Amino acid sequence: MNNFINPNLPTGEVEGAWQKTVKHLSNLTSEKKNKFEIIIVGCGLSGSSAAATLAEEGFKIKLITYHDSPRRAHSVSAQGGINAARSLSGEKNKVVIDQLFKDTVLGGDFRAREVSCQRLSELSSSIIDQCVSQGVPFAREYDGTLATRRFGGAVVSRTFYARGQTGQQLLYGAYQALSRQVNLGNIELITKRDVLDLVIVNNIARGVIARNLINGNLETHKAHCVVLATGGYSNVYYLSTNSLKSNATAIWRAHKRGANFANPSFTQIHPTCIPPGGIYQSKLTLMSESLRNDGRIWLPKKIDSKDDPENIPEHERDYFLERQYPKYGNLVPRDVASRRAREICEKGFGIGFGGKGVYLDLQDSIKKDGLEVIKAKYGNLLEMYERIVGEDPTKVPMKIYPAPHYTMGGLWVDYNLMSNIDGLFVLGEANYSVHGANRLGANALLQCLCDGYFISPKTITSWLANNKEIDNRSIDEACKEALNYVDKKIKALLKIKGEKPVDYFHRALGEIMISKCGISRNRNDLKSALEEVEILSNNFYSNLKIPETNSGLNVELEKALRLEDFIELSILMIKDAIEREESCGAHFREEYQTKEGEAKRNDELFSHIAIWKFNSDNNSHIRFSEDLNFKKINLNTRNYK
Amino acid sequence: MKDFISIKFKVWRQISNDSNGSYEEFSLEKVSVKISLLEALDQLNEELISKDIRPITFDHDCREGICGSCGFLVNGQPHGPKKGTTTCQLYMRNFKDNALIILEPWRAKSFPIIQDLSVDRNALDKLIISGGYFSTETGNAPDANLIPISPKKAFSSFETATCIGCGACVAGCKNASSSLFVAAKLAHLGQLPQGINDKKERSKKMRKQMTIEGFGQCSNNLECEAVCPKEISADWISWMNKS
Repeated sequence: MNNFINPNLPTGEVEGAWQKTVKHLSNLTSEKKNKFEIIIVGCGLSGSSAAATLAEEGFKIKLITYHDSPRRAHSVSAQGGINAARSLSGEKNKVVIDQLFKDTVLGGDFRAREVSCQRLSELSSSIIDQCVSQGVPFAREYDGTLATRRFGGAVVSRTFYARGQTGQQLLYGAYQALSRQVNLGNIELITKRDVLDLVIVNNIARGVIARNLINGNLETHKAHCVVLATGGYSNVYYLSTNSLKSNATAIWRAHKRGANFANPSFTQIHPTCIPPGGIYQSKLTLMSESLRNDGRIWLPKKIDSKDDPENIPEHERDYFLERQYPKYGNLVPRDVASRRAREICEKGFGIGFGGKGVYLDLQDSIKKDGLEVIKAKYGNLLEMYERIVGEDPTKVPMKIYPAPHYTMGGLWVDYNLMSNIDGLFVLGEANYSVHGANRLGANALLQCLCDGYFISPKTITSWLANNKEIDNRSIDEACKEALNYVDKKIKALLKIKGEKPVDYFHRALGEIMISKCGISRNRNDLKSALEEVEILSNNFYSNLKIPETNSGLNVELEKALRLEDFIELSILMIKDAIEREESCGAHFREEYQTKEGEAKRNDELFSHIAIWKFNSDNNSHIRFSEDLNFKKINLNTRNYK
Repeated sequence: MKDFISIKFKVWRQISNDSNGSYEEFSLEKVSVKISLLEALDQLNEELISKDIRPITFDHDCREGICGSCGFLVNGQPHGPKKGTTTCQLYMRNFKDNALIILEPWRAKSFPIIQDLSVDRNALDKLIISGGYFSTETGNAPDANLIPISPKKAFSSFETATCIGCGACVAGCKNASSSLFVAAKLAHLGQLPQGINDKKERSKKMRKQMTIEGFGQCSNNLECEAVCPKEISADWISWMNKS
């Protein structure tokens, strides 16, 4: 294999490129579609929406998930909303599409493909139509039309929402659509399975190895192509806003089998999470950043203040975001908000456990709009905060702090969402596509549904139409090889019989990664992080303890298998962060900043997607790149001042 | 209030649905009042692993009250003593020092035990699969603003759509009925103009499936409403029965 990869980008005008591409994609009759089986791994927004759509068109789908029900996937936790470029009058459509396109490219700091961002923006409106027709109860205006709100990083109001539970409602929409297909016999729902390897036959993805989490048996599942929709890998950091079981195993195993990994170090830190309370803290809860619309962020002007916030007079408060960014104020992009909070806390102004927290204060909005209005807007978020912290946020300012939240990096895919392995499609947070170096708020749900409802059904159909002659000769051999590999891996972990449980190592990995490859990075820290992770890895393989369970069910083994891959992925994340000698979006290298402390891009050397290829012969990685070109929009520097 | 407390756990232990179960007791010291009950169980499990005792199996994932994975009886109550709260959102500050906490799985014919506190809630999915959706095709949806929906109606529909499918309503009911779960789905869809046409058919299918899955008749005790972490009103059951 050489390092040439073809992103299959459309030529010509950026606008309307997707519509032109679709015209040239091949199709199949529904009778023919019936003869193809597709494995979809993951049942979040992108996996569920792809499963429902492909099944509707006639394909036979096997949907595999480690959950007991598709309704539990981590997309359910998304609070804020979904962006869509919609205008009530037709002629304004281009204006709003251009605006969302521009914000997506700028939000990503010019590190995503322009044509993909354009497609996202053009398709966004039909997603709202799709969801409403499924019964998603979006918020409404008094005249009965759909309501919108402003969201972090945006000056326009284009975010559609269902209170603070937009992800839940969108996921249930997709879950119900797929349930209908299960009823019609077009989808086989295979739950409680961890996918542990990919089966490749003659360079085409043809199946997966899964472990039944109830009885511990290993299984092979075969199909004509494979879709990975397995989400992101923020749990590398141990403490993140992700659900506890969210993991990188399926994409990492695909990577080890030859799928290239793009920009692994691009991870987003969310500025508004509830800070940790102690060492057994298992996750960090996100408070939707829509709260930044009505909450003012501040810290006491006095260092190491122990005063109750209600008793700190106005002139002793520093509204640091409003002070530094008069135009955007508390609505600056996520990375800027996170970095400013970390900086000021490291100087000793932070509040709460370990001095890692800032106040988000709703008082002024309550005074202006009234308590009822604020409660109606954020109801469940405020209740959630009170349950966790034990304080009423309408009386006492909330404490918040940045936490790992989303990973822009993922498996490299071409314009058709196919990886460099033929027949391996990657959707949603698992791929690297439109978000560049930083994802715009309310674009995650949008991307998942774009990938699942509109893009992949077209491109997968076309790929299958052009690859009808599927060679089944060596599939059993390939399955056997992968199955043996996984079996050995499991036995090796069980044989260690050390002293420490999985979480001990995971917490240690998280600490290294958050302090040295998190909100802010520099060469020296990254180099030492590399050494520390190597040491941790050795300890893991010599001192891990997995209990005997006398039944197939073994939760500690599940966790160990995930951590093993997180450790390997961490090393690649650090290497990628070292190699990218510039600051862009959420990747902030301290060596590369302006006098004002802003990210300083280096477009001459780094206007590209970093692509990492795994070489199994010598167990090493090579980095190469895909250049990014901008035709519709000029490369310029973000300015939120 | 102390920052750290001691807790005595009495936990139902059962290897699988086919084996017999029994209670086991464990004490746990130095439990921070700032952590959640599930985090206290993590802490206990780490201790058990170090002593070569099989850790306690329980379901969980998002740990922020929205995925619906977690859920067992805490001192006899589904999701524990706090109103409108999932198990994962139950914090140790809600318990006294030296308290005894009894943990048992959901008990219902339709929810076979997987292990310890974990049960199989597949029957709830089967209810949705039987008809809990609109018959829309993907890809050809009409303009979303074509049919206006009043904010009141949209919100009322949303409130029933917030059901997280945890199964507490079934566990709380003496007949192990899934009436509130089904009523919530029927009310979510049936209140929207898109759902008017197949409203009757949907109701018929889902209610038939309740019997097939072995759920009992509504007990009219309103326990389902009392234990629902999303506080969905049992009035929707009457709404379902009338419509």
